[in-house]
Amino acid sequence: MLIYLLRRLGLALVTCVFISVVAFVIIRLPPGDFVDAFIANLAASGSSVSAEQAEAMRRDYGLDQPVLIQYVRWVGRVLHGDFGVSMVWRRPVTEVIGDRLWLTMVVSLAALFLTWTIALPIGIYSAVRQYSLGDYFFTTLGFIGLAVPNFLLALILMYLGFRYLGLNVGGLFSAEYVQAPWSLARVWDLTKHLPLPAAVLALAGTAQLIRIMRANLLDELRKPYVVTARAKGLTERRAILKYPVRAALNPFASSIAYLFPYLVSGSIIVSLVLGLPTVGPLLLQALVAQDMFLAGAIVLLLGVMTVVGTLVSDLLLMWIDPRIRLEGGA
Amino acid sequence: MVERTSLSIRDLAVQFESEQGVVRALDGVSFDLQAGRTLGIVGESGCGKSVTARSILRLVDRPGRITGGRILLDPGTPAQADLVALNPDSRQMRAVRGGRIGLIFQEPMTALSVHYTVGNQIMEAVLQHSGASPQEARARAIELLREVGIPRPELRLDSYPFELSGGLRQRVGIAMALAGDPDIVIADEPTTALDVTTQAQILALLRGLQERKRIALMLITHDMGVIAEMADDVAVMYLGRIVGFAPVMELFKAPRHPYTRALLRAVPSILAAPRQRLSTIGGAVPHPGLRPTGCAFHPRCTEALEGRCAREAPPPIPPGQAGASCFLAEAVA
Repeated sequence: MLIYLLRRLGLALVTCVFISVVAFVIIRLPPGDFVDAFIANLAASGSSVSAEQAEAMRRDYGLDQPVLIQYVRWVGRVLHGDFGVSMVWRRPVTEVIGDRLWLTMVVSLAALFLTWTIALPIGIYSAVRQYSLGDYFFTTLGFIGLAVPNFLLALILMYLGFRYLGLNVGGLFSAEYVQAPWSLARVWDLTKHLPLPAAVLALAGTAQLIRIMRANLLDELRKPYVVTARAKGLTERRAILKYPVRAALNPFASSIAYLFPYLVSGSIIVSLVLGLPTVGPLLLQALVAQDMFLAGAIVLLLGVMTVVGTLVSDLLLMWIDPRIRLEGGA
Repeated sequence: MVERTSLSIRDLAVQFESEQGVVRALDGVSFDLQAGRTLGIVGESGCGKSVTARSILRLVDRPGRITGGRILLDPGTPAQADLVALNPDSRQMRAVRGGRIGLIFQEPMTALSVHYTVGNQIMEAVLQHSGASPQEARARAIELLREVGIPRPELRLDSYPFELSGGLRQRVGIAMALAGDPDIVIADEPTTALDVTTQAQILALLRGLQERKRIALMLITHDMGVIAEMADDVAVMYLGRIVGFAPVMELFKAPRHPYTRALLRAVPSILAAPRQRLSTIGGAVPHPGLRPTGCAFHPRCTEALEGRCAREAPPPIPPGQAGASCFLAEAVA
C-alpha cells in the first residue's frame, strides 16, 4: 500500500513538471510579447513608447533572455511562492489572485455542497422508485436543468431576484463592502450574496449527478448481494443504504479529480454574468491582455489542482473500495 | 419416520405483469418441507425454481407479485402463519427472513458484497436476529465459520470476499444463511458455480449441517447428480407447475412423467458408448407468456396422446403424494 502511495506521489510530481512546461509554452504561443501588446494598447489610446523605453521594459521583465532561461527563472521563483508581477495590474500576481482564490473556493464549495445534498437523495429515490411519478418528475426536472445554459439561468434568477424579492443581485458583496477589509459584517454580507451564484452553479451539476447516481444505483440494485441483504432480514432502507448505495458511490470518488480545478476557476461565463470576483474572469482578462505571469500562474494552478484532485480521488477510492486498497500494492 | 412439517406451500401462484402481457411464473405450486428432510426441486431454466424460493421469502421483485395460494409456516400448530398474508416489509416477515428461513445463493462472488469484510456481513445477520452484543456476535461469527469448515476463522473474519476462493466463499454464504439459526434453508443452485471437487465438499457440508440441526432443506438444482446425492423427495417443475413428485429412489427407478424420463435420459452416462450422441429434450422451454394449451409439455413430449394432451390440462398432483401430472400416469394407476 505504501509503495502504491509513493508511486502515485511520484507520478503526480512528474505530471506537475510537465504541466509547468505546458503552461509556460501556452503563455508564449501568441505572436509578440507583453511589451508589444502594451505598446499597441498605448498606441490605441494615442500615446507612444520609444524603442529605448520598450527595450528597457523588456529587460525589466526579463523578456530579452532565451526562452529556456525565462522558464527556469519563472519556475525558480514560483517555487519560492513568487509568481512574478502582473503586468496589467502592476501588482504581484499572488496579490491579484489572492482574495479571488478564496472567494472562488467559497462559491464553488457552496455550489458543490448544494449539488451533493440535493442530488444524492434524489438520485437514490429515483433509482429505488424507478418509473414512479416522483422519478418521472425529477427526471423531467433534471433534463431541464441539463438543457438550460447556466448563464441564462443566472440572468433569469437575477431578474426574478431583483424584480420580486428586491435582492441585491450581482457580485458577492454590497457596494460598501467591496473594498472593505475583512470583518464580521463583510462575511455576513458575503453569506447573503452566496445563495444565488451557488444555486446557479449547482443546477447543471445537480441534474447530471442525479442521472449518474440513478444509473449507478439501478445497476447495483439488480446485483444478487442486495437480495442477500434482504434475505438476512434487514430493513429495505438499511439493505439499500449499506450495500448498493455504497457501491454506487465509487464513481463519485473518481469524479472528485475533475472538481478540484473547478474549485479554483469556478465557471467563467456565470462569474462574468453575475459579476463574481472569482478567478475565472481574471484568467480571461489575463489571456486577452497577454499578461503572461498572471495567466501562467492561473494555468499552472489549474493544472496542479487537477493533479492534486486525482491524487485525492485515488486516496478516496482506496479508502472506500477494499479491492483497490488490498490489491493496489501488490 | 414422521417428521414435523415446517413449511407448507399450497397453490402458490406468482405473476409478472409486463407490457407484453401477464406471465404466470408459478401456477399452482404445492409442496411441504419437513424438518430433517431434503426436498430437491429440479427443472430447466425458467421453470420457476428460483421464483419459488424468492416467493417464500417474499422477495419477488416488481413487477412480479403473488396472486394466490398460501405459504404456511409451522402448519397445524398454534403458531401457524401465512407468509402470503404478511406485508413483505413488516417486522414479522423480516424476522422470518434469515431467522426462520435461510437462503443460500448460487453465485458466491456476487451474492457477497465486496465492500465489507466477511465478518461484518455475517455479524450483521447475527445481530439482526439476536440481542447479542458486538463482541458476542463476533464470537458467534467465528463459531459459524468454523462450523462450515473454514480454516483459521479468526483470520478469515477480517478478509474480504474477493480474497477467498470460490469454495470458501460459498462456505461463507452458508455460514451467513445459518447466522440467524433458521430451521428451514433454501439453497438455490448452491454448487452450480463451483468446480466438481468443491461441489462434493459443499454438498457434504450441507448434508452434515442438515443432519445435525434437523434443518428442512429445499435444494434447487438442475443437476440430477446433486438430486441423487442429496434429496429425500424430488419435485420436478415445468413452466411454473410441479409435474412430478416422488421419493428420490422411486423417481430414478420408475419415473412417471415423460418429462422426468426425458430429464433422466439427458444425464450423460459414463457407461455410454464412445462418440454416442448425448440425449437431449427436443425443442426449448416455451416462453412462460406463451404457455401451450392443455399440458404445457405436450409440444415437446414424445409420448403425447393425440388430441387429448393439447386440449386438456392434466390435474395437479395432490401435495405429499408421489405422482405425475400426466394422463399416461393416470392410466397406469
